[in-house]
Amino acid sequence: MLGADAMVRCLEEEGVKYVFGYPGVAICPFYNSILDSEIDTILIRTEQNAAHAASGFARMTGRPGVCAVTSGPGATNVITGIATAFADSIPLVCITGQVNSALLGSDVFQEADITGAVESFVKYSYLVKDAEEIPRIFKEAFHIANTGRKGPVLIDVPIDVQNAVLSKFKYPEEVNMRTYKPTVKGNAVQIKKVVKELSKAKRPIICAGGGVLLGDAESGLRAFAEKYRVPVVSTMMGIGVMPTRHPMYYGMVGNNGHPYANRAMNESDLLIMVGARVADRAVNQPDLITENKVLVHIDVDPAEIGKNVGPTIPLVGDAKYIIEDFMAEEFACEHEAWIDTLNGYRDTMGRVRRPNPAYVDPAEFIRMLSESMQDDAVYVADVGQNQIWSCNYHIVKNGRFMTTGGMGTMGYSIPAAMGVKLADRDRQVVAVCGDGSFQMSMMELATMRQFHVPVKIIVLKNNYLGMVREYQHYTYKDHYSVVDLSGSPDLEKLASAYDMRFMRLRTMEGAQETIDAFLEKDEAVLLECLIDPMDLVK
Amino acid sequence: MKKIYSVLVENRSGVLCKVAGLFSRRCFNIDSLAVGETDDPTTSCMTIVSSGDQRTIEQIEKQLNKKLDVIKVKTFDESASISRELMLMKVKYNKGNRRDIMEICDVMKAQIVDMSKKTMIIQICDVPEKIQLLIDMMQTVSIVEVARTGTLALQKCLETDV
Repeated sequence: MLGADAMVRCLEEEGVKYVFGYPGVAICPFYNSILDSEIDTILIRTEQNAAHAASGFARMTGRPGVCAVTSGPGATNVITGIATAFADSIPLVCITGQVNSALLGSDVFQEADITGAVESFVKYSYLVKDAEEIPRIFKEAFHIANTGRKGPVLIDVPIDVQNAVLSKFKYPEEVNMRTYKPTVKGNAVQIKKVVKELSKAKRPIICAGGGVLLGDAESGLRAFAEKYRVPVVSTMMGIGVMPTRHPMYYGMVGNNGHPYANRAMNESDLLIMVGARVADRAVNQPDLITENKVLVHIDVDPAEIGKNVGPTIPLVGDAKYIIEDFMAEEFACEHEAWIDTLNGYRDTMGRVRRPNPAYVDPAEFIRMLSESMQDDAVYVADVGQNQIWSCNYHIVKNGRFMTTGGMGTMGYSIPAAMGVKLADRDRQVVAVCGDGSFQMSMMELATMRQFHVPVKIIVLKNNYLGMVREYQHYTYKDHYSVVDLSGSPDLEKLASAYDMRFMRLRTMEGAQETIDAFLEKDEAVLLECLIDPMDLVK
Repeated sequence: MKKIYSVLVENRSGVLCKVAGLFSRRCFNIDSLAVGETDDPTTSCMTIVSSGDQRTIEQIEKQLNKKLDVIKVKTFDESASISRELMLMKVKYNKGNRRDIMEICDVMKAQIVDMSKKTMIIQICDVPEKIQLLIDMMQTVSIVEVARTGTLALQKCLETDV
């Protein structure tokens, strides 16, 4: 058995269904071996999107997404995708081919020091120097990627190692690393402290982050919020933890969040942050959330606790187990007056928009779209104004909402939505992007066509890099610099070039019929919505 | 605030780079860094002296612990440690100052370990402040070059030690 065969065997042992990637000479032994395997390969059109597609797949399945690319430019192209997954704590295993190990360090054709280059964006990386180590390294990589705080792991395999003969293949049953033992269970004393604070609190609130979804703790959190009547707000990555219309859910916090959600968080006397990083976009002034309140910070990564804000009660562990421990405690928790106050805020502090009737109103359109989408549909938002409108107006029923809140990488939605659709072909999957972000990933229309991945795409087209234009509107008094997107392709012609159904919506007139037709069949559709170029998210 | 981190790591290539990279990426200072194999050839000990406010100090320890090649991190104050640094210093001398140099070395418990007709090498092993003091004292003669190891430190012996 060759090293390359062993790599494929490892992926089979891990139950991998898809490898997203792009071959080149240095990864050819691997791609040669995988032909004899049940694992499907998806030829993505640029390596960055291989990582995004693997990210969508991972978020849907809860298993690490896998991508495999070649050395040099293949490896460096995938870095942005890896960094995106790292910022959002998405488990990935990225395999990169490498030049012959005897030539390492001599700057030969397509050599890049990828383990060095990617160091600050991976949870861990390996450079395999001996084919016999392949089983152990792959076992460890999958374990590291998907435990503790999840994240990407990179395995760099020189071509001679892929071609080397293994004496014996044995996939390890367990991982034994003396340096890696993430905390799962929360400290019992700390849990008692939180319970005590909860029973005392008059205005408690939970702020849920992406960690709740990554830790598969959303149903537990929902049950907890319902049992003890604790209101919930979320960060951008936490959207979907509660259905949008759940009576105990009070929206997204942060710069671009709902004013009532921010007010609820600021006025609370007990704030429980779960799986949230307290980063600048969610919590503008970290000092504010420690003022006059007890702050409980629950995170699986001890380094997140106290990084941006000093909590009163730190609690390290997996959200799922910690919430189970809370549920096992019986205590009284009464604060109906607080809930009445928050309901009042929610009813009266909504955003007021003045849409231009000559265009599609993105807010109303997204609301109508999400009402019409299937109950368990997946909505993938890109980055830009489209993302903020999506966060604010999409209604999660029992499906999922995905976006990259950490890195904010434009072009994420289409490849990620492809990964989601491949993970669950029965789901309705809609990617919503702007005309800027669409053009960053439009080459993947070919991948969708080739591999029959019927993702539905909406382009909110305003001929601007809208988010930057909005920033320049406020900060530089409409002194627009390098944000004009004229020159963009005719999307109707583009769709026809890829044999894709095309629809266009110019105003809100006939919006419902268009949405119904857009969603009707399980097929790839490109829907262009014309948005007022001067529209603002704030 | 100054802190000493005694970091036990896997003795593998690239680990020093990862740890040093962590400090630069997170904007933590490194005042000094010394690395060497321990009694167990599979592990190395890095002694890092760093400074910062309380939050930074806590973050350094947590971020170090997050690295998968780090086995154990011990953080302690200078006062709770025995610390030493080794310095070799090559100086030019002449008839006029030779005796002075030897006297200073005597007082500072430094040794002259090599000599030519014009230069000599002085060796000192002491706490970092003493080493700085010797450098200051030697400013009057002409220093050719200096090599320092950086601080090595172990936590002071405690009754609770195993």
